[in-house]
Amino acid sequence: MGAFLSVLFRRQLALGLRRPAQLLNPLLFFALVVTLFPLGLGPSTDTLSAFAPGILWIVALLANMLGVDSLFRSDFDDGSLDQLLLAEQPLYLLVFPYLLVHWLLSGVILAVVSPLFALMLSLPGEGMLVLTVTLLLGSGVMSVLGAVGAALTVGLRRGGMLIALLVAPFYVPVLIFGSAAVRAAVSGLDALPYVALLGAMLSFALALGPLAVSAGLRISADT
Amino acid sequence: MWSFFHKLGSPPWLYRISGSILRWLLPLAVLGLVVGVLWGLLYTAPDFRQGNSYRIMYIHVPAAVVALAGYYVMAIAGAINLIWRMKIADVAMLAAAPVGAALTFVALVTGAIWGKPTWGTWWVWDARITSMLILLFLYLGVIALYEAYDNKTAASRACAVLALVGTVNIPIIYKSVDWWYSLHQPASIKFTGGSTIDPSMLYPLLLCIVSFYALFTCALLANMRVAILDRERRTGWVQRLVEEGG
Repeated sequence: MGAFLSVLFRRQLALGLRRPAQLLNPLLFFALVVTLFPLGLGPSTDTLSAFAPGILWIVALLANMLGVDSLFRSDFDDGSLDQLLLAEQPLYLLVFPYLLVHWLLSGVILAVVSPLFALMLSLPGEGMLVLTVTLLLGSGVMSVLGAVGAALTVGLRRGGMLIALLVAPFYVPVLIFGSAAVRAAVSGLDALPYVALLGAMLSFALALGPLAVSAGLRISADT
Repeated sequence: MWSFFHKLGSPPWLYRISGSILRWLLPLAVLGLVVGVLWGLLYTAPDFRQGNSYRIMYIHVPAAVVALAGYYVMAIAGAINLIWRMKIADVAMLAAAPVGAALTFVALVTGAIWGKPTWGTWWVWDARITSMLILLFLYLGVIALYEAYDNKTAASRACAVLALVGTVNIPIIYKSVDWWYSLHQPASIKFTGGSTIDPSMLYPLLLCIVSFYALFTCALLANMRVAILDRERRTGWVQRLVEEGG
């Protein structure tokens, strides 16, 4: 079982790393949208630093939402998803390598470079660490929830816009607590309760999410 | 007990029984709503702070209550469809989605109309309003997902999964929006607590809520009947029904 999972994990990781352009696209998207905000809101440092927690979180959310669409797409198209469904190992567990790699290659990278963008939006220094930590946890939750949407729409030719409609409402709690944590840290309050809540949501999502993902994959494979 | 379940799985039986239920439930629901609304509008005292504008609650509150209940009807029907592959559950789930979305919309619009004279603005990012708006998006997501599939059997199962994920998430979303609101700004606007309502206003409200539930059931059954006829249009009993002119 463990060997099977690690093979799957290494396969997904290799597939992801062999397409550096696809890795960079979310980052480029993040940078571009961050650039749009000063152009739309005005370059005043006060305004930007007040809105920075919300802006950074919303852009991270959008980047995740746009990227998660392709999570199962190529495996669905070349038939390896059908092989996965036929495997004797429980699908619930086989979903985890997909989620983990997606999180590593989108959420973690984005979280690590987010202080750079936070600097551009003049987010006060106190918020930097909390921003990174909450993005690490929150992008995990978003990867799981996004995977549910991806699994349900992978069989459809025109999934792109639809998946955003399906998963955006589920992202609401993550956005609320993630940006609230950063705002609390900036204003000198304790951000730990929000971080703990995000952690709780992540464990909840990890426990139940793969159930919905595997149900969605089975339905999509039937079509 | 089991024969009841088997009958429930039979479209012709459900079509017949829902027809006879509708025949008495629909007039009763409309009567209840008319009486409740007239009672509320004409025979209750105006609120001492809100004046007459509070009377919109006789539509607003029932719509909001039933809109939320409708989501659970949809999700439970979806679960039954996923677990037992019961065709009727799948029909019920899809019939509930547009009705629930419409009720959510009614609750939002009546809330906005009430908000204008009371709060001085059409829209406030209040916790309850925001979670109702998200509920509307959840309903619309289910409808959009169903429309996107060509294979309708798969579509209804996908919608069932989505509705169930939504059910797990609704309490989390509701709670988080609640916290977000309370930490976001001081409560400049407070809803009057439910228990502080005067009995003379409560009874017509309860009557309206019950009537809305009945009306929801009627709309659900009517939608289901159309869907059943559509699905079974090639079978003998539907063709006989058409020939008889029923």
